Amino acid sequence: MGETLRHAWTLARKDLVLEFRTRTAILSAVVFTALVLMVFNFGRDPSAVAAIDLAPSILWVTFTFAAMLALNRAFQLELDNQALEGLLVAPISRTSIYWGKLAANLVFVAVVEAVGLPLFVLFFNVPVADVLGPLVGVIALATVGFVAVGTLFSAMLVRTRFAELMLPVLLLPFLIPPLMGAVQVTARLLAARPLSEVAGWLRLLAAYDVVFLTLATLLFPHTVEQ
Amino acid sequence: MTLARKGHWTTLVGLVLLGGVYVRAVVFTPVERLQGPAQKIFYLHVPAAVWTELAMVLVGVASVVFLFLKDPRLDRFAEASAEVGTVFAAIVLTTGPIWGKTVWGTWWAWDARLTSTLFLFFLYIGYLLLRGAVVDAGARARYAAVLGICGMALVPFIHLSVYLFRTLHPQPIILKPSAPSLPQSMLVTWLLSFAVFTVLYVGFVMQRYALGRAREEGDRA
Repeated sequence: MGETLRHAWTLARKDLVLEFRTRTAILSAVVFTALVLMVFNFGRDPSAVAAIDLAPSILWVTFTFAAMLALNRAFQLELDNQALEGLLVAPISRTSIYWGKLAANLVFVAVVEAVGLPLFVLFFNVPVADVLGPLVGVIALATVGFVAVGTLFSAMLVRTRFAELMLPVLLLPFLIPPLMGAVQVTARLLAARPLSEVAGWLRLLAAYDVVFLTLATLLFPHTVEQ
Repeated sequence: MTLARKGHWTTLVGLVLLGGVYVRAVVFTPVERLQGPAQKIFYLHVPAAVWTELAMVLVGVASVVFLFLKDPRLDRFAEASAEVGTVFAAIVLTTGPIWGKTVWGTWWAWDARLTSTLFLFFLYIGYLLLRGAVVDAGARARYAAVLGICGMALVPFIHLSVYLFRTLHPQPIILKPSAPSLPQSMLVTWLLSFAVFTVLYVGFVMQRYALGRAREEGDRA
């Protein structure tokens, strides 16, 4: 177990170092997030719909798109010079490969969200100061679920035709239940309602994370088998 | 008799029986007090919806066993079940709006259960697209199995979100913890219709399975 985690960390660090030295992907993802938020601003009639009514949807649609963009990249890195083959023959377990990729993706998406959230607050004038802690908690809860499924699918799709197109098509139906939950919880938080009103949704989000993290860990070896 | 032929006959029997169920539904089952004759679509809509979900569960179960045994028959069954599930989902998505227009007054309400069937439909389409996108047969079977298992795991979450989301749909009236709150005669008609849909599912899957096998043999030759 300790060994698996250590290998996973080595792998994640490799990906992250690569990412933050080239900075192309992360910068594109951040700029993309800002642009989506801008599109939302002009995609509504400000005199008819108050920003606060749309805020939870705007936040989550933006994060979903940004996460999907980030996920495509994870295994594409390994296609050059057949790096994936090298990774597979390395004396590390398949589980550590999955967890390493998962961790790197989580950090990547978290950075994008960390930039996206303040921009969202700024652009739409959303009062989050009082609920920042719980809001970040919900974002983390939903993001783990998104990225767990997304990392598994991107491993599988990287060698198929039209990978960039296939990933959203396969992934979006899986993102809907956590997305529904995240939007509901965010809406209650922004309306300063107690979290007990959305206890069901929170349980759903937590259960989703547990189920899909376990499932993805178990299924991942089958997606890279030769 | 070949499997394809057996499938043809099973489907034919199913279709004849479906006609019989509708005779019973229209002539011998009481008209619902509030919804009037429109409620008759229930006997088509709900069994199709149940089989849409069951077909996904069967895809998932076949996929789990496939990853252990690597038996190509299981992969072929999963493929067949997914395609039949897609057809049933299409039935639900067609009959739903027709019923909704008369009873709710709108073709499409973004109601949770209608929406979740739509997402199940997209899940099926995704599964079939994935099968089309992978060239290598071994990888195709493995990838499809992974997606099938995830799809099966998603079904309870779709259900759970239905209970939590605002819904126009009636709460379940057949599968619920207490006794079904449906008059005896309607329940019997529904159960008959469900049995007929089971026959149809089996018939369709048999034909699709035979087709898949023939295609593989053709590829090999």
